[in-house]
Amino acid sequence: MRIAIASGKGGTGKTTVAVNLALALGSAQLLDCDVEEPNCNLFLGFGLEKQEDVLISFPEIDKDKCTLCGRCADICQFNAIAALPKSVMVFPKLCHGCGGCSLVCPDGAISEAARSIGMIERGIDESFNIELFQGTLDISEPMASPVIRQLQEHIDDSTVAIIDSPPGTACPVIASVAEMDYCVLVTEPTPFGLNDLVLAVAVVKQLGIPFGVVINRHGVGDDGVEQYCQNEAIPVLMKIPFDRDIAVLYSKGTPFVKQMPEWGSKFREMYRDICECVSSGVGV
Amino acid sequence: MKICVTAKDTGLEAPVDPHFGRCKYFVMVDPDTMEVLSVENGVSSASGGAGVQAAQQVIGEGVDVLITGSVGPNAFSLLSSENVGMRIFSAGSVGEAIEAYRSDSLETIEEANSPGKPGK
Repeated sequence: MRIAIASGKGGTGKTTVAVNLALALGSAQLLDCDVEEPNCNLFLGFGLEKQEDVLISFPEIDKDKCTLCGRCADICQFNAIAALPKSVMVFPKLCHGCGGCSLVCPDGAISEAARSIGMIERGIDESFNIELFQGTLDISEPMASPVIRQLQEHIDDSTVAIIDSPPGTACPVIASVAEMDYCVLVTEPTPFGLNDLVLAVAVVKQLGIPFGVVINRHGVGDDGVEQYCQNEAIPVLMKIPFDRDIAVLYSKGTPFVKQMPEWGSKFREMYRDICECVSSGVGV
Repeated sequence: MKICVTAKDTGLEAPVDPHFGRCKYFVMVDPDTMEVLSVENGVSSASGGAGVQAAQQVIGEGVDVLITGSVGPNAFSLLSSENVGMRIFSAGSVGEAIEAYRSDSLETIEEANSPGKPGK
């Protein structure tokens, strides 16, 4: 079972939901796919060990073989190669690593080199039996998706994998959510939360993934999110109240299921609802 | 001699566009004959690497001097490798930019002066 925890808006509580769900279930994998700012481990404090670098390929041009025909620059959709009258210039950070340039080069002048754009670390907790994988994108690197895709190669489908997605609706979110069985959209009951929830719903509908909503900080704002979910027949899986005790635990980096065991059963109940939805195919 | 000014419209009256990669038009001017040719920037709305494409277009036109507001690092390395001179002029018309160039009052762009998109 693969469950993504996503949202349109940032700061709604994705990591809170992902970490608490993992701890409540136990025997789960948690993948921190918010590779620009991974923070699940702030709540968990696991010792992390580096697993591997994330490599991406880019073209290297053999100047002796290159005849300056310019086909490599023509085919590149990302403008990573510039063909000039007397030379060819490569911009590795614009390259998406598709390899098209080496396919069209008639002179065999292009070979693929690799460079690292980030890394993957792993940590485990014996008492909860949680395996955490964390991806980190290097500073100044523009492409998060390759790190996210490689991170997801560590998913073990014999157990539950919980994916903490980055916010937004663009490529890194698609890379995080696309291969999942279910998507939990975390929002807050404000006009800002609603605005971005509507965008996120459009994304998961497009991807054809069953989804439901968790309303965090329930009690602030207005009832716009609930009205919207009702009108669209979107299941509200859980409401986490705007509660001082929860906020204090959050501010100390303590997952609240650890101190408030009644929430452990609520998260397990939510998981059962999700499983039911996935197995019945209802809610797509 | 061919001077290229980045512009929001065509002709000498057009306002200068200070952004190189995503300007709307390249206005080419021969300062000796004042012959003017305006061509559209094919990549003004590219999703990425606009500067790289725009630099190739300008180089392909055989431009000697580029007048614009700012050039990103990728475009800068392309233009400088082909010895295209770069001068700063960010507010006014294309005609005024040419006049300022003739009176030698424009600052030279010695290194990329816009963050642009990461390349190298």
